[in-house]
Amino acid sequence: MIPAITALLVCQLLGEVAARAFALPVPGPVIGMVLLFLALLLRRREVPAELGATADSLLGNLGLLFVPAGVGVVLHLPLLARDWAPLSLAILAGTLFAIAATGRLAQWLLRRGGG
Amino acid sequence: MNDLAEIWVYLAREPLAALTATLLAWLLALRVHRWCGGHALANPVLIAVALLAGGLLAAGVDYRDYFAGAQFVHFLLGPATVALAVPLYRQLALVRRSAAAAIASVVLGGAFASLAGIAIALALGAAPEVTASLAPRSVTTPVAMGIAERIGGLPSLTAVVVILGGITGAALGPLVLDLMRVRDWRARGLAIGTAAHGIGTARALSVNATAGAFSGLAMGLNALATALLLPLLWALFAE
Repeated sequence: MIPAITALLVCQLLGEVAARAFALPVPGPVIGMVLLFLALLLRRREVPAELGATADSLLGNLGLLFVPAGVGVVLHLPLLARDWAPLSLAILAGTLFAIAATGRLAQWLLRRGGG
Repeated sequence: MNDLAEIWVYLAREPLAALTATLLAWLLALRVHRWCGGHALANPVLIAVALLAGGLLAAGVDYRDYFAGAQFVHFLLGPATVALAVPLYRQLALVRRSAAAAIASVVLGGAFASLAGIAIALALGAAPEVTASLAPRSVTTPVAMGIAERIGGLPSLTAVVVILGGITGAALGPLVLDLMRVRDWRARGLAIGTAAHGIGTARALSVNATAGAFSGLAMGLNALATALLLPLLWALFAE
């Protein structure tokens, strides 16, 4: 488990350093994900069992990791009271429109590609 | 015996109480989720956030004090984002064959998601910092917070908006996709991951492995595309 966690942290750290060194607008963990993906591609073998298990347990509890940031809602209660209507409509309609549009587009493009 | 007030001071100062409360709230939320037959609207993130936010307000605890403990959970978001490369690599054969179609749908869908949110907020007269907090709504939380900061939004409001968007997408997304007759698991995953990031991906992973991999791919691609494009577009329109 420790080597796998270390591998994830090394990728994230390299990502954070790259984001700062080259003033990239992309956040470090996203660059870290690309780096790990490239490393797995170059290896051309199955995902190491230990890394796979660690990734699965992290991703299996992904929801928990959003909770502390979500509780931050308490900081913005006055703003939420003022702008609750545009906020809720933008979240609800914006998200559902995006899902409908992306889903249709993706299905159409995937069929055209014969996939 | 110690004074109750002294015990309270200890609990409020140490990270242990906030961390324990976060995990307990999460376990309770998972149980409620199971009681409701796993219904999408009984989202464990929403339940845990409501429990903890209510608890903080009732006990008069400052969010910053709470976060000092809960940050140990929050920290794992970074490695978890990196770990998304693993399900992605496992589905490589499928993804590679449909890579061009996937990239095109995610970039266009992600841009549409941002623009739809901005247009609705502007039309209804939301405050500028609220609009800026809404713009990166469909992107995974750590990325969205970074983008919001860049364009003058409030990172913690963004976190909340992103999570509510994720819950909306995870709860109602499958219904919308059924309605639109999107039956291809790859397309369903791409749509959910583009619009509902990690929360949608968590749900997609629990329903279908292919949908989960494509959702993870869409989440990663959309984070990249939105992080690159949104600050540029925002600067263009703000002038």
